[in-house]
Amino acid sequence: MNGGNSKRIEVRAPMSGIFYRKPAPDQPPFVEVGDRVKKRQVLALLETMKVFQKVRSPSDGRIVEIIAQNESPVRDNDPLFVIEED
Amino acid sequence: MFRKILIANRGEIALRVIRACREMGIKTVAIFSEADRECLHVKMADEALLVGPAPSSKSYLNIDAILEAARSSKADAVHPGYGYLAEEEKFALACQKEGFVFIGPTPENLRIAGDKIWAKETVSRAGVPTVPSSEGGVASLEDAMDVASRIGYPVLIKAAGGGGGRGIRVCRNPSELQEEFAIARAEARAAFGNEEVYIEKRIVEPRHIEFQILADSRGRVVHLGERECTIQRRYQKLIEESPSPRLTPRLRREMADAAMEAARAVKYVNAGTIEFLLDPDDRYYFMEINARIQVEHPVTEQVTGIDLVKEQIRIAAGEGLDPHLEGLEPRGWAIECRINAEDPERGFLPCPGVVEIFRPPGGYGVRLDTHLYQGYELPMYYDSLIAKLIAYDRTRQGAISIMRRALEEFLIEPIRTTIPLHLRIMNDPDFQKGEFSTDFIERFIPPGEDEED
Repeated sequence: MNGGNSKRIEVRAPMSGIFYRKPAPDQPPFVEVGDRVKKRQVLALLETMKVFQKVRSPSDGRIVEIIAQNESPVRDNDPLFVIEED
Repeated sequence: MFRKILIANRGEIALRVIRACREMGIKTVAIFSEADRECLHVKMADEALLVGPAPSSKSYLNIDAILEAARSSKADAVHPGYGYLAEEEKFALACQKEGFVFIGPTPENLRIAGDKIWAKETVSRAGVPTVPSSEGGVASLEDAMDVASRIGYPVLIKAAGGGGGRGIRVCRNPSELQEEFAIARAEARAAFGNEEVYIEKRIVEPRHIEFQILADSRGRVVHLGERECTIQRRYQKLIEESPSPRLTPRLRREMADAAMEAARAVKYVNAGTIEFLLDPDDRYYFMEINARIQVEHPVTEQVTGIDLVKEQIRIAAGEGLDPHLEGLEPRGWAIECRINAEDPERGFLPCPGVVEIFRPPGGYGVRLDTHLYQGYELPMYYDSLIAKLIAYDRTRQGAISIMRRALEEFLIEPIRTTIPLHLRIMNDPDFQKGEFSTDFIERFIPPGEDEED
């Protein structure tokens, strides 16, 4: 892995909604800072108008930052995660 | 009669109640959350009180804050709308205790109707046919498997505390029942605070037929005909109509009688709905009681000429049912399309945002119940129902034709809505013939697309 040349990308909210880091209140978060993730892996849930959608990783990589707060509202295009691509 | 009513709800139903009150000379108090300052019901009420931050649990479900609003505004009565606290026994009791009349059924009605097992047992004892099921809840997988093999697959696992299409899992065979049973209980506990589940036979190709009931506090019960609500997606209704194209006069009489028996069996008061499933062999089965005014109440209003919300208010104020409601003959045909801010082309993804262009339909045979207006920003916190479009005419074909025309006129932009889906349904030959069952919607949704993402 060439750490010096890897790209950082932001995962942004596809629309306004409430951001959840966990699949359910009594379960652990989908991911933590430092976790390796695969493309399409579920990172979080977004609840909009009572409908849940999955927020997925755009590529293989590592979570370097979790910007959005659990159970907080986010707006369309707000940054949620920063991922360092493999 | 009440001087002032507080409406413990939001959006289109709050507006609906405010309108009825206006016509009756009753003052109105709206409640709103911080996300709803610009909601139309707030602008239309005589007074409006903030009850909490955006999340429903802190606002529209916040009993203390709502009662405080009722106290400070000196309301006489509270109308709960549908959803939220409308069927919450605790809320009805709290209103009573504080001296506010709860405009709806009694707390006892709410307790029975809210426990789907208890409701079935009660009406069954009165001779109303019910869907074959376990006797009461099933506590173990073993019991569940026994019941299922007795009544025959496919079966449903249903939450006793559920209702409204929630907390239902389908099991086509014993291994699916084994897989789903524990999860169903866990989900029920999480969603309804009650992990009790029961097993019910899954009726194949059912039609969903429900009867509107009105009952006064003197024991008088009438029905206002049926609604057909078979066109659903994931147990949520999309289209409703009155009358049902499926019923014969004989079936209608029998089911109406059964509906009134069910209402009497639970000593129901105020407006309510008795739901049945009808199978292809004309066998009908009681499913549940909806102890509230329903979303789809307008189709009944259009074919009977009765304002159901005003009847709710009158009954709650102690008036007896008007004798002319007995034996009322519905006239004509009404269809309602529930319009949601969801994109039917992209797996019904929700579409929040600002309604930049709002051009509602009008004209002969059109009714629109909505809280939308041009410039309104749809909040992300509440459900995606943004409008109910109702078309009515002397015949079903006429109502379909009016609905098609109204849907074509209706502009809501730039957000995506289910208007195009409703247009496709209006143009569908089976829909036009009145021949469909609860899997009708699948033909409009590509296979695999409608799975939980």
